Amino acid sequence: MGASQSGPVHMFQDLAYKTGFSIEQIKNLHNRFIYLTQAEDTLRREHLENVSDLALNPIRRQIIEAFFDKRNMGEKEKGCLQEIGFEEFVTVLSFFRPPKPHTVDEEMKNIKKEKLRFLFNMHDTDNDGIITLDEYRRVVEELLSSYEIMGAETAKAITDAAMLEVASVTVGQMGPDEFYEGITFEQFMQILKDVEIETKMNIHFWNLDTRTVQCGK
Amino acid sequence: MASSVYLCLLRAVFLVCFVNPLIQGLSEDESVFQNPHHQQEENLTGLPIVTFKWHHVETPYLVIIWVFVAGLAKLSVVELNHHVISVVPESGLLIILGFILGGIVWGADRAQTFKLLPPTFFYYLLPQIILDASYFMPNKLFFSNLGAILIYAIFGTCWNAATVGLSLWGCYEAGVMGNLDIGLLQFLLFGSLIAAVDPVAVIAVFEEVHVNEVLFILVFGESLLNDGVTVVLYNVFDAFVALGGPRIDAAEIFKGIFSFVVVAFGGSFLGIGFAILLSLLTRCTKHIQIIEAGFVFVVGYLAYLTAEMLSLSAILSITFCGICCQKYVNANMDEKSVTTVRHAMKLLANGSETMIFLFLGVTAIDTEIWVWNTGFILLTLLFVFIYRIIGTFLFTWMLNKFRLVPIEVIDQVVMSYGGLRGAVAYGLAALLDEDKIPEKNLMISTTLIVVYFTVILQGITMKPLVQWLKVKRAAHSDLKLIEKLNNRAFDHILAAVEDICGRIGDNWWTRGWNRFEENYISWLLMKPKARKNRDYLFSIFHKLNLEDAINYVSEGERQGSLAFSRSDEAANVDFKKQFGSEFADVMPNIMVDMSNYELGIEHFSVTSIVKDTIPSVSLDIHGQDRKNAMDDINAHHLLQQHLYRSRKHQHRHKYSRSHFSINQNEDEVQEIFQRTMRSRLESFKSTKMGVNPAKKITKHHKKELTHKMPNGHPDGTGHLYGDEEVEGLCVFLPHLIEAGIENPVFLPDMDSPTHSPPWLMETEAVAPSQRAQRRLPWTPNRLRRLAPMRISTCSTDSFLMADVSLTLEEHEEHSQTDHVEM
Repeated sequence: MGASQSGPVHMFQDLAYKTGFSIEQIKNLHNRFIYLTQAEDTLRREHLENVSDLALNPIRRQIIEAFFDKRNMGEKEKGCLQEIGFEEFVTVLSFFRPPKPHTVDEEMKNIKKEKLRFLFNMHDTDNDGIITLDEYRRVVEELLSSYEIMGAETAKAITDAAMLEVASVTVGQMGPDEFYEGITFEQFMQILKDVEIETKMNIHFWNLDTRTVQCGK
Repeated sequence: MASSVYLCLLRAVFLVCFVNPLIQGLSEDESVFQNPHHQQEENLTGLPIVTFKWHHVETPYLVIIWVFVAGLAKLSVVELNHHVISVVPESGLLIILGFILGGIVWGADRAQTFKLLPPTFFYYLLPQIILDASYFMPNKLFFSNLGAILIYAIFGTCWNAATVGLSLWGCYEAGVMGNLDIGLLQFLLFGSLIAAVDPVAVIAVFEEVHVNEVLFILVFGESLLNDGVTVVLYNVFDAFVALGGPRIDAAEIFKGIFSFVVVAFGGSFLGIGFAILLSLLTRCTKHIQIIEAGFVFVVGYLAYLTAEMLSLSAILSITFCGICCQKYVNANMDEKSVTTVRHAMKLLANGSETMIFLFLGVTAIDTEIWVWNTGFILLTLLFVFIYRIIGTFLFTWMLNKFRLVPIEVIDQVVMSYGGLRGAVAYGLAALLDEDKIPEKNLMISTTLIVVYFTVILQGITMKPLVQWLKVKRAAHSDLKLIEKLNNRAFDHILAAVEDICGRIGDNWWTRGWNRFEENYISWLLMKPKARKNRDYLFSIFHKLNLEDAINYVSEGERQGSLAFSRSDEAANVDFKKQFGSEFADVMPNIMVDMSNYELGIEHFSVTSIVKDTIPSVSLDIHGQDRKNAMDDINAHHLLQQHLYRSRKHQHRHKYSRSHFSINQNEDEVQEIFQRTMRSRLESFKSTKMGVNPAKKITKHHKKELTHKMPNGHPDGTGHLYGDEEVEGLCVFLPHLIEAGIENPVFLPDMDSPTHSPPWLMETEAVAPSQRAQRRLPWTPNRLRRLAPMRISTCSTDSFLMADVSLTLEEHEEHSQTDHVEM
């Protein structure tokens, strides 16, 4: 963003307050951002697609999309951005920030919900609040695509089975004329309630690769 | 309650009648037994018909009697736990039972004839428990917490050994224990043998508590891996004691530290080596399937003994052997062998665990070993307890600085409380050399008391403590498949975000390793065929499907149905083989019979009529089968398709040591194969061309049932699925509705459908989705998705599974053909 040039320190503080990162971490991430964008102001999809380690990730498309998804920016509106600034970059990454120690239960619940919301949005590609079978199928297909032997057919079969599993657990008794459309966010939370997402969906933000920073500059 | 008392009595009676005479015969009346025997031989005038040869069988007999007693003990303990008290863990109860048994033996002999001797324990009882623990180790969890586990195992154990030893020595110097012949080194030796948390005790207690997986793996992993440290510390101090204080210099201490590295890593690498050997071996055991399961045990035991021979850590060796080989062995071996291994492993481990705890109790009832020194014993107990807590908190505090998810205080409390000592400590104490350590017996008794205290008292209080502290329990989830899918997606997401941040972190390493493993190690250690199915997700999927199929079959049997014979896969192959020839001539008549009723569309009314006209269940089912097929195909052709040529089954009851299966006839297998291939091809063709061969429909009619409502008339069937319990079966076994009395609404509804589904009118221009639904074959492997059908008839609407069936069947077929081949 434009502000990053004028008063980076001030902006960092702002961001640190907003996202919960430390200033140090923000600085590191900023360096990384500059490296990724080749010193441009905004990050586009191709920048992320160029990350070499990412090339082998079977679900990189979804992950990259998540960075450009407006829903993850804390805004109400839906849709996708074409390019994002540093602020958005950090906001998305903050979903992966480990919760601070001594977080109270209430807050922990919110954190958990936010993280789940992020995952949910990632699967729910058309923004309608429901992960339909087709959407989920695409996810699973991509997920399993690294195993070339397992064809798309198997992936489909597995998806269907998984979907039915969800349906059988979350919906309970359903009238015969009702239609199981897909996983809603509530159901999504329900099926993942035992997975301690708040303790798992975290990565360390220290020890970032500083070598790349120098290359970038 | 009554049964357990009865069992106790039974055991007591058994002991008195059986064991005691034997023992007496063994110890006192030896001559009495011997003499008549000899006399008999000397005065042999003719051929003795029966002779009594106790001494020929004495040792194995006693061993097996004790195994038997241990089995009974386990039985009674489990019964007791079920009905009377569930507060005391099984391990504690077994020890107490051991006290009683030991008392009986002692009462008979005035001496403890039976003891847990260190060689027995280390060579015959311990290995299988460790092998079991490592073979079923959740690898991912283990390796992702390996850092913490190692810290606890290495530094925690050293800390415990040093502090306990030094504190005891300090107290001794202060004069608390009176006059004992123990020096500093001996205290340290004692400290090192009492320091290690015991895997057997930990498994036994924690298995019943169900704490969360991270906590479990931390305690359990520590207990497994600290053996290396214990052995080294023990050996080093043992050597130091032998050397004597003055001759220990810096070089010796350095050698001690170095030997730790060698012992621990040497043992681990040896284990990994044996794991590779085992994996390679199972690659080529296809033709000796019946004994391939044995290799797992033999090689595991070899790993243990070899490490012992090289004075490396045997426990570490067998642990890593189990951990590393599990994946490849499970993939390489036949599914049946895998099951065999699994069960045999559990059997052995459970059995020896029972023996160990029982004998820990029996051993105690012996006046010889008991030396009481209040100061020493109480202080040991206190220090063991206190330093475990301090150590845990100390190391956790350090670890938490680096851990992404800090270990909570509550978990730390449970961890420190879970520091159970067990038979390993006792075994080491019993191994002490009495010449070098005059107070050996005091050490043994103290060790025993520590063991009893931790296993019984801490074991009893563990459950209440865990409940009281509200420790996070292991999450139990029904959602197996989706959970795995999510976990998989998760790993990738985390790795990707790390990549984007440019961090080389855990996920980066994990992924790198996974790729390496996939490309090279799997290639080396796995059968090419197994590699195809190696995907974890798929294996879960496969397993769930198998489970469903089994459930379905047993459910069908429970309801007196032979409906499962409808699918042309393994289950019905047998069935048809057996009954096919007998029914072959009856069937066509029925077919004709039914074709009269067959109106092309209405299945249900026909079913009910058929049900009335044909009394036999099995016939009915076949009828149901064929009836649906009538539109396109005649019964004769169908029968020919479904029934295998009847043969003279002279080979049916042949006994074979190397094969279970009786239908090994080559022709037969060939025929089965050809038939399945043909049907597969047909269904394939039909999917591609949109032609519906009747044979497929026979299996689809259930599908059609469910789809009729959503597609045609969504509102006309509101109460079709009244009763959750029966509806599942009722839907696919309409002819059995009679049995489902609980579901009265069902029948009329089924009998009088007021409409015909639209797609049945269409012949060529079938909408893809609808055709897809009809395609869905109803074979047991479909069951995964059948279960929720009960919930919503419409749910399938979203499952446009036009062609999934093929692949699925193919996979199922794999396993099925395997079965047939067997």
